[in-house]
Amino acid sequence: MAIQFDFAAIWVEWPLLAKGVAWTLGLTAVSATLGVLLGISCAWVKTQGPAWFKPVVGSYVELIRNTPFIVQLFFIFFGLPVAGVRLSAEWASVIAMVINLGAYSAEIVRAGIESTPRGQVEAALSLALSRMQTFAHVVLPPALQRVWPALVSQIIIVMLGSAVCGQISTEELSYAANLIQSRNFRAFEAFIVAAALYLMLSMATRATLNWLGQRWLFGGRRG
Amino acid sequence: MPRSTGWASAGCLGDGVVEFSVWDILRNLLLAARWTVALSLLAFVGGGLVGLALLVARTTPSVWLQKAVAAYVQLFQGTPLLMQLFLAYFGLALLGWDTSAWTSAAVALTLYSSAFLTEIWHGCVKSVPMGQWEAAKSLALNFGEQLRHIILPQAARVAIAPTVGFLVQVVKGTALASVIGFVELTKAGTMITNATFKPFVVYSMVGLLYFALCYPISRYARSLESRFHAHSH
Repeated sequence: MAIQFDFAAIWVEWPLLAKGVAWTLGLTAVSATLGVLLGISCAWVKTQGPAWFKPVVGSYVELIRNTPFIVQLFFIFFGLPVAGVRLSAEWASVIAMVINLGAYSAEIVRAGIESTPRGQVEAALSLALSRMQTFAHVVLPPALQRVWPALVSQIIIVMLGSAVCGQISTEELSYAANLIQSRNFRAFEAFIVAAALYLMLSMATRATLNWLGQRWLFGGRRG
Repeated sequence: MPRSTGWASAGCLGDGVVEFSVWDILRNLLLAARWTVALSLLAFVGGGLVGLALLVARTTPSVWLQKAVAAYVQLFQGTPLLMQLFLAYFGLALLGWDTSAWTSAAVALTLYSSAFLTEIWHGCVKSVPMGQWEAAKSLALNFGEQLRHIILPQAARVAIAPTVGFLVQVVKGTALASVIGFVELTKAGTMITNATFKPFVVYSMVGLLYFALCYPISRYARSLESRFHAHSH
């Protein structure tokens, strides 16, 4: 039996795919920014925050890291309205992605912070920098630089995970692929094209973020 | 045969609202969790076997084989697991096999796991000093013997902790099989939600059950890791 592929049927729907790619990239950009900021805050709490707050952050990190993203998303989108928090599919997606990335990046950034030599902190404190200034100017920048590749990988994992957001009708790339296959019944071709686009997106995102890290975030600073 | 992706509606246990006590919900979720465990174990063991074969292919001197395995890893790590599940679901059907959601999920998750495991193990093999290979070669062992008697036993010590850690990824990954209609923990949660209209309670319980499965494994992986570091320093 010969299998007939019809990729032309997918390409005529390119505006849908383009919209899907734009949504996937947009969701990723927003949640990467906010998620890494959340992760840095959590890492700060875990390394030098108030003692009573550490278990709270610890529980959050463990809870998120040991449950599937799709369940977190469904809880936020379907579960929270019962508690009076009603969110659009797009907001629920962004919030779920931020919360998810926050937990993973907290652990990554913490590892970077803990590898800072003790003497650097002592030197900064002896120069009369406050604890906060020491963290922001002495500890954090080289720590971030050290763990940047791991953070980039995690951002890409979150981007690929965002394919699930189509399940609650966020119009990202996998939603577009599903819409196309429901119109022309070319399911296999639609998902092959979507998968290829995801592959390109993840390679392009990795290259861009690595370049961004080297060129702009840590420019001129040696690790 | 028409195949649905479960996008429009997730299916119902029955019409109308059924009265479910919290215990009823928990009992049904626990029954479905058996399938999460079964699928996880199958994908982990199957992925381990395929991953081991890929590892051997990648350690051979053949550059062509090394590149092929690297491309395979890149393919599975660079695309969403959800797309892999859909492709298995629709692709196997295209080949003329009348596959169930269970078969498709098992195939997709096995291949997905094999890519990650082979990548983890490849790192462990590379961590074995070059001198070990050379010493093994000088003892006139052939490639298979070098790998089996000298390299793999040393790499395995390093590999145990990250391998156990990856099992958590597999368990969480099985949740996506719900999307192609395989009734495991997440899908059961959706079905019970549709029957009871209690999404908050149901998804909380689903989350806690995943936590109960994954957290002990995470802790175990971490303790293995610290034990390993304690030994090697």
